[in-house]
Amino acid sequence: MSNVLIIVEQAGGKPKKATLAGITFGQQVAQKSGGQVHFLIIGPGASAAASEVAGYGAAKTYVVEGAAFENYLVEACTPAVVTAAKACNASIVAGAATSTTKDLLPRVAARLDAAMASDVTAVVDAKTFKRPMWAGNVTATVELTSNIKVCSVRVAEFDAPAKGGATTATEKLDIAVDAGAMKAKFVGRKEVKSTRPDATTADIVVSGGRGVKSAEGFKIVEQLADSLGAGIGASRAICDAGWVPNDLQIGQTGKIVAPNLYIALGISGAIQHLAGMKSSKTIVAINKDPEAPIFTVADYGLVGDITVEVPQLIEKIKQSR
Amino acid sequence: MKILVTVKRVEDYEVKIKVKPDGSGIVTDQMKYVVNPFDEIAVEEALRVRDAAGSGEVVVTTIGVADAQQQLRTALAMGADRGVHVLADGNVDPMMAAKAFKKVIEAEKPDLVILGKQAIDDDQGQVGAMLAELLGWGQGTFASKEDSLESDAEKSKQPALKIANGRCEVVREVDGGLETLSLAMPCIVTTELRLNLPRYASLPGIMKAKKKPLQEMKLAELVPGAEARVKVVKLEPPKERKAGIKVPDVATLFDKLHNEAKVI
Ligand SMILES: Cc1cc2nc3c(=O)[nH]c(=O)nc-3n(C[C@H](O)[C@H](O)[C@H](O)COP(=O)(O)OP(=O)(O)OC[C@H]3O[C@@H](n4cnc5c(N)ncnc54)[C@H](O)[C@@H]3O)c2cc1C
Ligand SMILES: Nc1ncnc2c1ncn2[C@@H]1O[C@H](COP(=O)(O)O)[C@@H](O)[C@H]1O
Repeated sequence: MSNVLIIVEQAGGKPKKATLAGITFGQQVAQKSGGQVHFLIIGPGASAAASEVAGYGAAKTYVVEGAAFENYLVEACTPAVVTAAKACNASIVAGAATSTTKDLLPRVAARLDAAMASDVTAVVDAKTFKRPMWAGNVTATVELTSNIKVCSVRVAEFDAPAKGGATTATEKLDIAVDAGAMKAKFVGRKEVKSTRPDATTADIVVSGGRGVKSAEGFKIVEQLADSLGAGIGASRAICDAGWVPNDLQIGQTGKIVAPNLYIALGISGAIQHLAGMKSSKTIVAINKDPEAPIFTVADYGLVGDITVEVPQLIEKIKQSR
Repeated sequence: MKILVTVKRVEDYEVKIKVKPDGSGIVTDQMKYVVNPFDEIAVEEALRVRDAAGSGEVVVTTIGVADAQQQLRTALAMGADRGVHVLADGNVDPMMAAKAFKKVIEAEKPDLVILGKQAIDDDQGQVGAMLAELLGWGQGTFASKEDSLESDAEKSKQPALKIANGRCEVVREVDGGLETLSLAMPCIVTTELRLNLPRYASLPGIMKAKKKPLQEMKLAELVPGAEARVKVVKLEPPKERKAGIKVPDVATLFDKLHNEAKVI
């Protein structure tokens, strides 16, 4: 029997949507192993968030609150995760792959002397998982042979979790943090404010590449996205160029998305970009080069200039609404 | 200022990787190997930090087969001073790598250690944070900068890491924006793509690199008894998408999306 501890991320007392993939993973592992799922929620607002995930069949939700956890510094969060893992006798510790867990989970793994699988896409059994390697050109089946195992979970590959079971009890854990002894100090954060849905969980994503020509040219991507209520994304090339915020990058080394509809505008379709979006249900590409590799994964390809085609498409969409 | 940088030998990112029919590995005939792109960025940053400090040493280290020496030489040709090659055959998982690097670090005592955020072969993205924990150091993962790679600041090759009074300030790329941490040194930094544009090795650099010192040791001696606990059971090609169609115009595209795929 292996118990599972799932890190549930929250913001302002609400569980983050991406985090639900981790819960689904936990349910799948528990089903295969006969163990129980436990949740851990850290940071100001954790108690409120706990009540929102109470219906997902966890045996217990551990809550760690306090100002020391406000910025999710790993030196504060690692002991919190390890304490919760011990409390529920977890043999697997996991969470949806986000920038927070990518920073935290390997550190937790090292403290637990656990082997770790990153970006898990499927559960084979309680110790065997599938995950992509070489920019998604290879799917590996890996077995973790350590006693405790750590996984991060690819959000795009797990459906929303099922509700069920009794309402989850919560337990507060007191984790002492000596802020003065911490090696890292939080200095500040510059948030990219957006009213659009987050690309990793959006139903539709519209992305732009170097074909938009400039920061100004990216507006066409935003306009199409807004006509569809979609999230936005970008290729590495235009993040590097500073035309759009880095946080929009989709691909092997950026965000991984798998929306119902992905629309690539002026993106050539390099392997590294495809690695981040080719699990999308329907893919549309508009590119003026008929040989662009993006067309090899597109369900519907349109050869043309985005400055000509996209305004027409927006018009069509507006007419239909 | 002494900086240690990890450099991994990986398959060239421009090559399409294919799985062997029996699933035991990837096809490596005529494979071209390169320095992991994130590690090139790490080397570049280390050189800038050293040069801005006016003195110091950049030590590059790798764990891998005998031929991984080529990647150390590439880093030396870029301008690093010295190499440490930890010889290893077979599967080295991230925790093994972190344990071996810890040993190298205990011997070298650097002020700063820079790794890539991920190796583009295993795509694990684990070693940096594991190493920070094993050493009890602070970590600044996904180091980036506010200026774009086409900015004047980048053209003048200033380091993005700000080092002063025994602390290293790191701008990190996180979901939803940028975050800044100040780390007590020594510390661990892992590189994001936007930290810098790495230089190419010059011809004189390549000539000089041949004579730079390179120390060899064995993984089995550094971490006796360590074995990979991420066991690769099998590899397979990913599911291919079925080929789509080209549509002649926006009207057809809209019709397909609305009536066939029913996604808008
Ligand atoms: C280690 C590493 C990691 C990487 N990670 C990522 C990643 O995570 N994500 C990522 O995206 N990339 C990544 N890359 C970069 C990747 O290899 C490509 O360089 C990048 O994706 C190219 O971006 P692009 O398609 O916008 O630009 P380009 O390749 O320059 O393509 C521009 C396209 O726009 C088309 N076009 C131009 N004008 C128009 C027009 N008016 N109308 C219509 N079409 C037009 C052109 O035909 C062309 O196909 C990575 C690379 C490396 C080495
Ligand atoms: N065998 C290795 N040799 C040198 N550096 C390595 C090795 N394995 C991992 N690294 C470093 O650790 C980083 C992250 O690797 P990974 O966690 O495997 O994705 C890489 O960018 C390298 O800097």
